[in-house]
Parts: sequence; structure tokens; C-alpha cells
Amino acid sequence: MRYLPLTDDDRKAMLKVIGAKSADDFYGDVPKSARLGGKVAGLPDHQGELAVERHLSKLAAKNRSASSGPFFVGCGAYKHHIPASVDMVIQRSEFLTTYTPYQPEIAQGTLQTLFEFQTQVAALTAMDVANASMYDGSTACAEAAVMACRVTRRKKVILSGGLHPHYAAATKLLCEAQGLEAVHLPVVIDGEIALADMVDDDTACVIGQSPNIFGTVTDMSGVAEAAHGKGALFVSVFTEAVSLGLVTPPGEMGADIAVGEGQSIGVPLGFGGPYVGLFACTEKLVRQMPGRLCGETVDADGKRGFVLTLSTREQHIRRDKATSNICTNSGLCALAFTAHMTLLGDKGLQGLALLNHEAACDLADALEAVPGVEVLTPRFFNEFAFRTPMNAEAVLAMLDEAGVVGGVRASRLFPGEHLGDVIICAATECTTPEDIAAYAAALKEIV
Amino acid sequence: MTMNNQGRPTAPTAASVASIETVSGSRGLLQHADLIFEIGTSETTGVDLPAPQNRTGRLGGVARKVPTGLPGLSEPEMVRHYMRLSQRNYAIDLGFFPLGSCTMKHNPRLNEKMARLPGFGDIHPMQPQATVQGALELIDELATWLKTLTNMPFVAMSPKAGAHGELCGMLAIRQALIARGEGETRKRVLVPASAHGTNPATAVQCGFVVDEIKANKRGRVDMDMLRAKLERTDDVAGIMLTNPNTCGLFETDIKEIADLIHAAGGYFYCDGANFNAIVGRVRPGDLGVDAMHINLHKTFSTPHGGGGPGSGPTVLSEALAPYAPVPFVVKNEDGVFSLVEEVEGEASESFGRMVAFHGQMGMFVRALAYMLSHGADGLKQVAEDAVLNANYIAAKLKTVMTPAFEGYCMHEALFSDAFTADGIETLDIAKALIDEGYHPMTMYFPLVVHGAMLIEPTETESKAELDRFCASLESIARRAAQGDDTLKGAPYLAPMRRLDETRAARKPVLKWVPETASTVAAE
Amino acid sequence: MATYYTEDHEWISVEGDAGKVGITKYAAEQLGDVVFVETPDVGKTVKKGDDMAVVESVKAASDVYAPVSGEVTEANAALADAPETVNESPEGDGWFCVIKLSDTGELDGLMDEAAYTAFCKGL
Repeated sequence: MRYLPLTDDDRKAMLKVIGAKSADDFYGDVPKSARLGGKVAGLPDHQGELAVERHLSKLAAKNRSASSGPFFVGCGAYKHHIPASVDMVIQRSEFLTTYTPYQPEIAQGTLQTLFEFQTQVAALTAMDVANASMYDGSTACAEAAVMACRVTRRKKVILSGGLHPHYAAATKLLCEAQGLEAVHLPVVIDGEIALADMVDDDTACVIGQSPNIFGTVTDMSGVAEAAHGKGALFVSVFTEAVSLGLVTPPGEMGADIAVGEGQSIGVPLGFGGPYVGLFACTEKLVRQMPGRLCGETVDADGKRGFVLTLSTREQHIRRDKATSNICTNSGLCALAFTAHMTLLGDKGLQGLALLNHEAACDLADALEAVPGVEVLTPRFFNEFAFRTPMNAEAVLAMLDEAGVVGGVRASRLFPGEHLGDVIICAATECTTPEDIAAYAAALKEIV
Repeated sequence: MTMNNQGRPTAPTAASVASIETVSGSRGLLQHADLIFEIGTSETTGVDLPAPQNRTGRLGGVARKVPTGLPGLSEPEMVRHYMRLSQRNYAIDLGFFPLGSCTMKHNPRLNEKMARLPGFGDIHPMQPQATVQGALELIDELATWLKTLTNMPFVAMSPKAGAHGELCGMLAIRQALIARGEGETRKRVLVPASAHGTNPATAVQCGFVVDEIKANKRGRVDMDMLRAKLERTDDVAGIMLTNPNTCGLFETDIKEIADLIHAAGGYFYCDGANFNAIVGRVRPGDLGVDAMHINLHKTFSTPHGGGGPGSGPTVLSEALAPYAPVPFVVKNEDGVFSLVEEVEGEASESFGRMVAFHGQMGMFVRALAYMLSHGADGLKQVAEDAVLNANYIAAKLKTVMTPAFEGYCMHEALFSDAFTADGIETLDIAKALIDEGYHPMTMYFPLVVHGAMLIEPTETESKAELDRFCASLESIARRAAQGDDTLKGAPYLAPMRRLDETRAARKPVLKWVPETASTVAAE
Repeated sequence: MATYYTEDHEWISVEGDAGKVGITKYAAEQLGDVVFVETPDVGKTVKKGDDMAVVESVKAASDVYAPVSGEVTEANAALADAPETVNESPEGDGWFCVIKLSDTGELDGLMDEAAYTAFCKGL
């Protein structure tokens, strides 16, 4: 067994040092009824690398990868190009095979990248401070809601109808478990502003998203003002981090907490995970933040260095009074994010964002030219919803046959919302003019 | 002779090696590393993109006003930056990493290769299910392994990490109690004092109240106290118990604990963080467990990545399975796999959705590659070797250090600081290990042992490596017993000396700020 | 003015019906370097034994309990920027808040300095 260095002679010698007869001696506390005679039944025995690779490759081959043809799926995860050097960085053993930097003297690599990551996320979101990452955007959103309730000592959270339904579900679940009320507004393509009318004296926070699940971008400054007027917080959500290079960021709208998904920068699609949750807030809320924080300090010789700090918020110290139960976060994905962001810089990010927007504009132009198709999203970044003259599920299936993965049917995200003829599609820098032409041509055939 | 004037001395000459300050700030192979904000400019970029046409027509004016100002680096600068930083990290691939309760075992490279197959790495969670049948089949296959190894009927695959799996299990318990009409009355969750901090934190996140149980002298649950706590039963929601526990010991009375909690009308949440000690040998389903998360990054070798991503699939008993979160994969009669994504139909009693999409697919691929590699026979050997290695360390060090408890341990050896001289702390021993080239053990955890040192070798260390480590730790322990003050200054040989954590916490600087105003003070 | 001590290592220095509250030198030493103090809001009513404030070192967070019942009339704002004051002068400038006592009779259950010193010796 190639991963086990001990030889049978080693095992015998070690048992002798210990004074045990066999490994069975160590399991003496296991109740007799739970002791297995041998190995677990019903599973195969060990296999060589080649056999495992064959088996898994066979499964992989049954899936259609996003790069294999025209591909327009978004809704919270986006197909972007990842530079080769980013994957090289995250495969460095020193980053890949280490753990949470509990011993800062021998973890400055991880700690400095986290400090750089926090700085980048704060700048992208235009917020004061950011943490060292969350599991993903949806859990970051849920944590933001309960944090707002802690800060305001109120119990009501209002979610916009444009919030990604998975984010809304994760948030409602955590709120309800803690005895908090989550009010979810009706699903609307362009309705973030409606949050402003809903906020009252009991509201802990309002949660709006831009670009929202239908791609709609909204300046939510008015929502922030309304919230602040009632002593509530404004939580601004995004699922497409590249949009921050072009679209009004949370901080410019007066957000108190900004949360989002960082997958678009450096992290592969990977069928939904692992991704990286971004979490930023204003300076005065930092002690109520969940998750790890890295801070600057000096060592005994006065040299600049970094440590995990403000740990008393966390579960390993505060236990039942912690701000969150989060322990492991998404370190390696945060590294991919920061490495990719470091390659981009502001100039690269702005260019990338523009390319995304332009590809989506071209896509919208092309689809709108198909008779019976109506683009529903009034203002967008790289994603929009459109209405087809037929059932969206049937359209997508026929597009699939034509080799085009055309997007997500809104009815998959919002069952029972009478959105059966709506498709949400995204374009990125990976989308070529040929892809767009193929989509439009296939759609024209179908409808 | 032919005269050759190229000769020069080639043997090293003795010279003073007192501390040398360099002009560059680099020290031989250890290169100076500035922050990216000190190297790059916002005009630099390491990507070549087609020139945009600056069309923003459909943005509706919702445009960013102030640019991020973030610096970029060219590719060679970027690669060098991270390469230099990497040299300041300790890692399993470099050396022994006995961080107790974290299970720092070897991460097979095959796992990385498999996760990067385009058919796994480059597929979208929302693309039509007909185009991702292989991915759904993989999730189903991994689920089968997890259910078989634990002898449990159901597994929720979506939790993102161990603590998220705890949340999943406790939410299932909460939902089961609601279904029984006892959601408002049964709020008390018993948690041992030795538990991971995530246990009490999770219970509170789910609206429960934590009631702490103490450990007995053998490091196991104090059964008298447990029985006393269960005299009143109508408010009991359940127990959260780690097994093997955080002292590295198997809970001897685990069946009785399960029976008692069930008799009281509660559920048994088992923290599976230490499943690696018993995998392939003991099935938690045979112990009366109702829910247990499995850290794929501990037991099943997915990389720890400097602090995640983890993955925490959570197995559930018959009693809790109906309340499992969506989504989950089902195999239809025609052999087609599909995702149940909504709380309806067969998932009508589900407690809901915990997270966007379907779980940590990248970790699933890696974990399955590991399981297939080891097989049922190999996994049994994994547990036995992990436990053998821990007991070997315990045996070699028991005369120079103070074992926290008597008897054999499971996968980790626990010592208290009783053997140290006054003024020498666990922290000093840990930092001295750094100078010896090792990552320190877990310090000051579990809380029930004074100055705890928790050493987890895992099964992927050779006997020779363990012998070297024990020799180092024995020497440090002797110095600690004699009160050797030089330990207080360790480490001396790491890239950094001890860092000032007080300063970091009093005046938090949480991001880089240009010029001198570099303080982001927390309120 | 008289100073009283609790078994949870708070002190209260009473003048009239106002008591200035802090943590003892013994407690400050046990905590190590104090890095953050959360003082109670002025105007808050506390009951004897309530969680009233939080004091944090790098590795620990401790609740500070109200030694008496009453209303918080003043909080030491200087601790926000200089938490180290709690280490430097725990029973002086490192005070946490002032409580207007609602029942001076509660002081009877507390220790005087000599009793508290003896109490600490026994720990």
C-alpha cells in the first residue's frame, strides 16, 4: 500500500516497544458488539494508481465540460479563464499541504497572502476591512444576516426578491434556527429598490444583490439610506466578483456589510465547490465579524510579520458565545483568488470586466434579434434573463442537442413562480463571437 | 611540470559565522519578500487581454466611481512573489506535522490530478443534469462508501466543512424535534468540556442551550454526571460527543451513552473529526449514532490548503434521514442520476438548504480517489497504523513527559505540562520543536488537561521519522524539566522570531494602507 | 469611600450610592496582556451577577459580572484606545464603569481587602 510507510517488521518492533501483542489491543474499549471480525464488508480492496485513474477518468468522461463548446451558464458560478501560474501557485506543497497558520513563525507564507487577500477584498468591495474568507457566498450571506442581528440587537432580516435563491434559503435557514425572522420579498427581476420601503424599526438588516440573480445591476444607495434611517444595516451581496471592476461596489452604496462569491477570480467551476466566500464590513463592526482575521505585527527582532488576530470572537476560544461556528474556511481558494487578482491588478480587472460586459451585450443583441425573444433584464453586467416563446426546459434541451449549453431555466431556481419561459444566461471573456452566433442560430431554429 | 595558475583553495576555511546582516534583506535561499502593494502598480498587469471597446451601454450608469487601485504584477514577478512566500511555510510535504486533532497526513498527488480532469473541474453546478451524469454518479459512489464505512443509511453531502457538518446534524435534530412537536421544549444539548469549540458554538447557532458534562479521571465522559443530567428528560434535545474523543481516547461507555440519550428522547450527534482512528475497523452506526460529520480533509486525505477548503458530509440515522438537507442525489430505476433540489416530494420533510449548489465536489473527487486506492483492507490498515504510531510515541515519551491519562490511546498521544519546571510552558516546548525542524503539536487543547500537548502522527510517517521526532522532543522535554531558560526565546532558527500577538490585537492592522497612516483600528 | 471585592475578582469602590467597578490586580495578572475591553452602555440596568462587560486577552475572553445591582451611569471610554491600562492600573485608571446602586445592602455579601487577599491565597 503505497501511502503507508510502515513495514511488517516495523510494526512488530513498535508493538514490542509499546508492550502490546497486536493492534487489537488498542481497540479494547470498543464495545464487543461493535467489533468487526475483519475489514468492512461490501467494499473493494486496494487498487493501484492506474486502476483508480481509469475508473475516475471514465466518470469524468460522462460530463460535458464548460470549455468543450458554447457555454452560457451563470447564476452564481461563472466560467472564466484561469492563468496557468495561478494553478501552479496553489499546487505549491508549502501552501497546499499546510494548515491554518497556528504557528506564525513557520506560516508567514500563508499569513502574508491572507493579509494581501484581505486588502484586495476590502479594495474591491470599497469596504474598510475584510476577513480571511468564508466557505462560499451563500454561507457568507447567512452569516452577514445573523451578524446584523447581533449588532443591532434586532430580530428581523429582509431579503430582496432578486437575491440568489440558494443564498436566500441558506440565510432563512440559519435565521430561523436562531429564532430570527427572515422576510423574503416576492421574486422580481428589477426590484432591489423595493427593500427601501420595507425597512422598519424592528429591522436588523436589508439584504440586496447587484448584479442580482437575473443579472440586474442596481445602485442601492437609497436602500442603504433607508436602512440607516431606521437604525438598520444594509448588506450588499454579489455573486460575480469580476463585476466589481465595473459596477458600483457595495462600499460606494453605503453598505455596512458586503458579502459575495469569489469563485470568478481564480477558482474553477468544479461543479459548485470548493469556492471562496468574501466578507467585508465597516471598521466599527469588525469585532462582530465571523471567521479568521489576519493582522500585521512585529516579531521579537522588530521585523514585520503577520498573525491571526482578534481570535476571541471565534469558536475555539468563545465556544458557545462565538460569533460563528466556522473553523476551517477556504484558504486555498482564497490563495487562488489573491494570486489571480495579483496578476490582474486594477488595470487587468477593469479590462476583464469590460470584456465580460461587452460579450454579454453582444449576446443580448444577438438573442434579441431572434423573433419572439425578449431580454427582460433592464441593466446588466455579464448576465441577463430573457423570455422565449416556448417552455424554457424544452428550449434548453434542444439547445443542448445543438451543442449549446444555453443557461439556466428560471423555473429550476424558482419552482412555482410562473417563470417557465425564462432563461438566465451569462457571457464572459471566454465567450467567442462564434459561440454567440451558434447560440442565436440554434435558438432561431428552435423557436 | 605544466604550470596551471587556475588553482584555488576548495576546502572551506574556518570563519566566524556570527549574525550577518545583509543589504538585500535576503538570507541565502530565503529571499526577501515585500507585500504586493510595495512591488506592483495599478498600471501593471500580468494578463494579456484583447482591447475592450469601452461599451457600457447596458450598464444603465451603475458604474464604479473610484477604481480599486490594486497593484498588478507581471507573471515572472507574481510567480516569484508566491514562490518566496511559500518558502516561509511549514508543510506536510516538507516534514512531520503532528498537529493533534487536525490529522495532517500525506496528500496523494493522484487526488490532485483527478480533481483537475476537465470532466470534474470544469463543469458547472447548474448545467443540465443530463450533461453531468458522471459527476452525480461520483457523488453517489462516494456516498455509498461513506454509508458503508459508517453503517449508516443516509449521508448529506452538501456541508462545506466539519463545523458545517455539525450544523447539518444539529439542524436535522432540530427538525426532528419540531416534527415531534417538541421543538420548543427540547432545547438542552449535552456537550463534554473536552469538546472542540465548534460543538458548543454549533449548538447555540441552532438555538440550543449548552449543558456541559465533565470528564472523569480516565478522560472519558463522567457517567454519574451524565445520568444526573438526564434525570430530567423532557428538555433534552441530544448530546454532542466526539469519539474517539479529543483526549485521543475511545469512549468506553459509548453504547450506554447512546442508550441513555435515546431513552431520554434525545439524539446522539457524534463529532467525527477523529474517525481516522477507527475507519475500516469500527462503524459508528453500530454504536447508536444518529448523526456524524466526516472531515474529508482529515480521514480521507484531501489537502488542508492552509486553512481549507474542507468538506463535511454528514451521515444520518433512519430517525434523522427524512430531515436531511437538499440537494441530494438519487439514482432512478432507469439508472439515470438526478438531484433533488427542492423541499417537496421525497424531500418534503427536509430542513432546507444549507448552501448554494451541491457540496465540495473537488474534495469528493480527491476523497474517492483515496478510498479507491486504499480499499476496505487498506483503510483498516490506515486506522491501525495511525493508532500504532500514536501509541509508539506515547510509549517512547512516557518517562520524560507526563501522559495525561493511563492506558492505550487511539490516534493521538496527549501529555500535560506537569513535568516542566516553573516558568517553562507548553508554548516554549512547541516553539523549540520548530528549531528542531518540526511543526509543533496542538497546544493547550483539549482544555481539560493543563498545558495540553496533543500529538497526532497519522499513519503516513515511517518508524525512522517517529524515532527522530521522539529524540528531539525527549531532549526538549529534559531541558523543560530542568528549567532551561533558553527555551523561552525559541524559535531561533525559523524565518521569524516569536510574533507580538498582543500588539496585533490591541491595535489591529487588518489591511495594507499606503503611506504612514497604516492603522486600521478596530473600535 | 470603601472598596469591596467579589469572588469573581471584581472590585467596587463605593461613595454614597455610586460605585466604581473594575477587575482586581490578581485577575489582571491571571488574564495576561489585556487587548480589548467592552464596557457596558451608559444607562443600562444591571442585576448583581449579570454579564456586564467583557475583557479580552489574546487567547481568552472573560465576562465581567456586575458586583451589585443598579444603573450604569458612566463607562471608561479611555479603555477603548488603551486597554493596557487594565494591566498597568487595574484598581485605578483601569476602572470599567460606575454603577448607581439600587440596593446598598448588597454590599454586605462582598469581601473587604483583607478577606479578598486571603481568598486569593487559597486559590
